[in-house]
Amino acid sequence: MNTPAINALRSLIADDGGTLLDEWLLSLKAAGGAANGRVNENELRTQCRDFLAALQGAFESDAPTDTHTAAYEPVTAILDEMSRSRALQGFSPSETATFVFSLKHPLFARLRRSSKDVEALGDGAWALTEVMDSLGLHVMQVYQTSREQVIKRQQEEISELSTPVVKLWDGIVALPLIGTLDSSRTQIVMENLLQSIVDQEAEIAIIDITGVPTVDTLVAQHLLKTVAAARLMGADCIISGIRPQIAQTMVHLGVELNMVSKASLSDALALALKRTGRMVVPRPIASKS
Amino acid sequence: MDRIPILKLGSALLVTIQVDMHDRLAKALEDDITAKIMTTGAKGVLIDISGLDIVDSFMGRMLDTIASVGRMLDATTVVVGMRPPVAITLVELGLTLVGVKTALNVERGMALIGISVDDFEEVDRHDGG
Repeated sequence: MNTPAINALRSLIADDGGTLLDEWLLSLKAAGGAANGRVNENELRTQCRDFLAALQGAFESDAPTDTHTAAYEPVTAILDEMSRSRALQGFSPSETATFVFSLKHPLFARLRRSSKDVEALGDGAWALTEVMDSLGLHVMQVYQTSREQVIKRQQEEISELSTPVVKLWDGIVALPLIGTLDSSRTQIVMENLLQSIVDQEAEIAIIDITGVPTVDTLVAQHLLKTVAAARLMGADCIISGIRPQIAQTMVHLGVELNMVSKASLSDALALALKRTGRMVVPRPIASKS
Repeated sequence: MDRIPILKLGSALLVTIQVDMHDRLAKALEDDITAKIMTTGAKGVLIDISGLDIVDSFMGRMLDTIASVGRMLDATTVVVGMRPPVAITLVELGLTLVGVKTALNVERGMALIGISVDDFEEVDRHDGG
């Protein structure tokens, strides 16, 4: 990188930060980067001022066009923070990227004014573009990573929430299934159920499918697998909560569940209690004296 | 060659498998159990596989065979203590061991054999009476 271009870069921010900041804020608002007032005006101003100060510092370094040097660390730190918080607040990618790209307009205007000849303008423009694009890419990368983290966390939460195994009685566990059963969920469900059969020394496991919206051949096969695995461990399974429409659909599809099934969870619990040698009887009402 | 010990507990045989099974050992066990059922007149066979981490299709079939042979010789076979990963693997292999009784632990398995032996005696009594 030749010296004139570097000097041009340095002079862009160095002369006066105040007007550049105002121009940038205007350009940012025009491009929608202020996100319709979702970001506090003062906050945005502070953020922009910090960024310009950090950028100026980076331009003073030996290699101002390489954004991977240590001199750019303060700049990327501000961008990381900004990008991450906006990703979590639900900003769109373009709204986030505009933060950096809207600075291009005022900077290029200054560059044009300060360049004496075409060559200087060309060199300066190239150096500036290189820096701004690299920073813009960095913003998008951080944004994407943050979004992926959010999605991953939500996925984990959903899979944890949706497969609880509850203990109903000594030796009786229940697995209330909610939502569609696909292969990966079946795997988790099966592992959870089998592990809790071991932990609770359960003889009977009730699988309640009230919350399963559809039962097709694949779901039925997954259920059968779970039941077969539980049986191999020495526990009996009872299916409960098959809704009338689903029962009809299953019969029409020719899906046969060769296992004990009960209409409701309470029926299943009654059967489970009976099998484990217990019964529920109404308490005799104490006679009033 | 190693042999898996077969213990006699009352009218039942207890087999605890604690080493990884290879095919020849499994075959030897099958022969031993069959012979032992004959000599002791056992009514039940408990096979404890809680120490097994890996069960392959051969081992799965062997369990099935032992149960079938046992049934012919009037002995109920109960497989006890299967671990969750093993159960999942067997199901994925398509081996659901339909003819084999299962129990969570040896205690439950004993109860299962006790009950089923009593049931048989009841049936005999009804037949006789």
